[in-house]
Amino acid sequence: MGKTLAEKIWIDHVVRRADGEPDLLYIDLHLIHEVTSPQAFDGLRLTNRKIRRPDLTIATEDHNTPTQNIDQPIADPVSKLQVDTLRKNCAEFGVRIHSLGDIEQGIVHVVGPQLGLTQPGMTIVCGDSHTSTHGAFGALAFGIGTSEVEHVMATQTLPLAPPKTMAINVEGKLKPGVTSKDIILAIIAKIGTGGGQGYVLEYRGSAIRELSMEGRMTICNMSIEAGARAGLIAPDATTFNYIKGKPHAPKGADWDSAIAYWSTLVTDADAKFDVEINLDANELAPFVTWGTNPGQGLPLNSNVPNPADIADAEARGAAERALVYMDLTAGTPLKSIKIDTVFLGSCTNGRIEDLRAAAAIIKNKKIASSLRMLVVPGSARVRLQAESEGLDKVFIDAGAEWRNAGCSMCLGMNPDQLKPGERSASTSNRNFEGRQGKGGRTHLVSPLVAAATALRGTLSSPADL
Amino acid sequence: MEKFIRHTGSAIPLRRSNVDTDQIIPAVYLKRVTRSGFEDGLFSAWRNDPDFVLNKPEYKNASILVAGVDFGTGSSREHAVWALQNYGFKAVISSRFADIFRGNSLKGGLITVILPQVEVEAIWLAIETDPKTQLTVDLESRTVSYGNVVCTFELDDYTRWRLMEGLDDIGLTLRHSDVVTSFEEKRAKFKPKTLPALAE
Repeated sequence: MGKTLAEKIWIDHVVRRADGEPDLLYIDLHLIHEVTSPQAFDGLRLTNRKIRRPDLTIATEDHNTPTQNIDQPIADPVSKLQVDTLRKNCAEFGVRIHSLGDIEQGIVHVVGPQLGLTQPGMTIVCGDSHTSTHGAFGALAFGIGTSEVEHVMATQTLPLAPPKTMAINVEGKLKPGVTSKDIILAIIAKIGTGGGQGYVLEYRGSAIRELSMEGRMTICNMSIEAGARAGLIAPDATTFNYIKGKPHAPKGADWDSAIAYWSTLVTDADAKFDVEINLDANELAPFVTWGTNPGQGLPLNSNVPNPADIADAEARGAAERALVYMDLTAGTPLKSIKIDTVFLGSCTNGRIEDLRAAAAIIKNKKIASSLRMLVVPGSARVRLQAESEGLDKVFIDAGAEWRNAGCSMCLGMNPDQLKPGERSASTSNRNFEGRQGKGGRTHLVSPLVAAATALRGTLSSPADL
Repeated sequence: MEKFIRHTGSAIPLRRSNVDTDQIIPAVYLKRVTRSGFEDGLFSAWRNDPDFVLNKPEYKNASILVAGVDFGTGSSREHAVWALQNYGFKAVISSRFADIFRGNSLKGGLITVILPQVEVEAIWLAIETDPKTQLTVDLESRTVSYGNVVCTFELDDYTRWRLMEGLDDIGLTLRHSDVVTSFEEKRAKFKPKTLPALAE
């Protein structure tokens, strides 16, 4: 019987297999940031261990960093300590770091691909659940906890049990105004936040093949919100063209060898997935979340649901609580929901194509006076690219704020936060209670919906303009 | 890591599903560089409500958390495990855990026990009726017992052995260092390497 893509990558990385024990898996790339590494470095120091492969390790600063005044010392002393700690640790252990102000600095899952470090067939880990993003390249990429970070540092391996496999087949063509963000939000609404638990998801089908690498990254990024450990998309010409010429892309004879290997990274025709889910791309519409987990989403053209209509007791209770927290009433049209803050950014939708898409909607118009808009490029390179295209002027002229790169408002950890009760339309990936700031209310949206919302003041899609 | 053979203690019912790690420990606490002191952050947003179960005096000394389905979803923050442990929990029982959280918990010695929802409901009923009910989580027999009830749970042999012996994962892996080296020698040449750290 044939193998799925995930199984092929797994087998290629098993260092040791023994009965009754987890497989020991080799890790090709370890990405590090300031939040989940300090205790891991401490652990190495306490046990007198070194990083086994600093040449397969790279660090950036993203979660705790401000997106303004980055030339000045970080104002919050606790944040400053954490970032300083990462810098000291990288210097001590010999890890290349791209600090605030460095041209390669940015959100870790934007930095890996833009440097060409993320390549097909690799195992990639980071102390961050959205590591699944790199699966867009046909890599097996997943988030790990701090103890596992320490384990990878010391051994360049992880003891793991092979996951089950789930195929998500998306056939058809997206209608205008429907994006990869809407695909993944629809998938999560369909299978639930626990639906992918224990599985690696492989996204297949004509609608997936049509997506650019950035579109694929958006989808793989949110695999974790469906409960999956990782999500991936088989590499193809789109993938190879993206990687070619990037700083760490193989060159010359190595490029040819790489292509030959990467071309084998396809699920075999006779392989069997443990589960298969189908989605018709033709039926998809702009999607938004109304509740407090990424699975509580609906097409924008709908109303806030009535918990009484939900059969399952758990889901009904969760919906009731969500409506209270989000201060929403059943039956309210989603398009009438007033927004205070629009956030365009994050490892989900902070890349150049996302900024271009939003800028095209906003160009020569003004955002609604009732809200503010924060535009945060995913990396310094994305920012520079956007500025060379004049996108920054488009956003600033419209009344939005143009920032430096970082995780920013995705999570309430750096200065970019919602105040209690504020309501956002956010191109990020999580709408949990308090995620963007204590008492903050988050609606997850695509960059197109974010842009249209910024102009109209309520949740909107470009078709409403 | 301390050995875990069995633990007996009182339990607290958290009748919520989909408890994500942002609720278990909000992002603001993740700025710390230590592994300890996270007890204040545990469920800190929910603890503002005086009616929240963790604030009830009858559950003050509970060391076992019994939660709804899909516990620990969202972010990979291991701080969620540390917060539960710093607060005093030795085990969490639920009918399903998010992958990353479960992995983190078993790494750090916080025993996550998967029981069918019907058994979770029965435990909730028992500990709500009598908060002093003692539960025993026993790794040796892979059971949770209270009163006359004995529930069995699954845990792979390897993890059970590692936790009962209190063994460090890294030490175990380093025993196979030579096998890792042989593997490295055979890795494809075209795989990327990162640049060296800049000189100070």
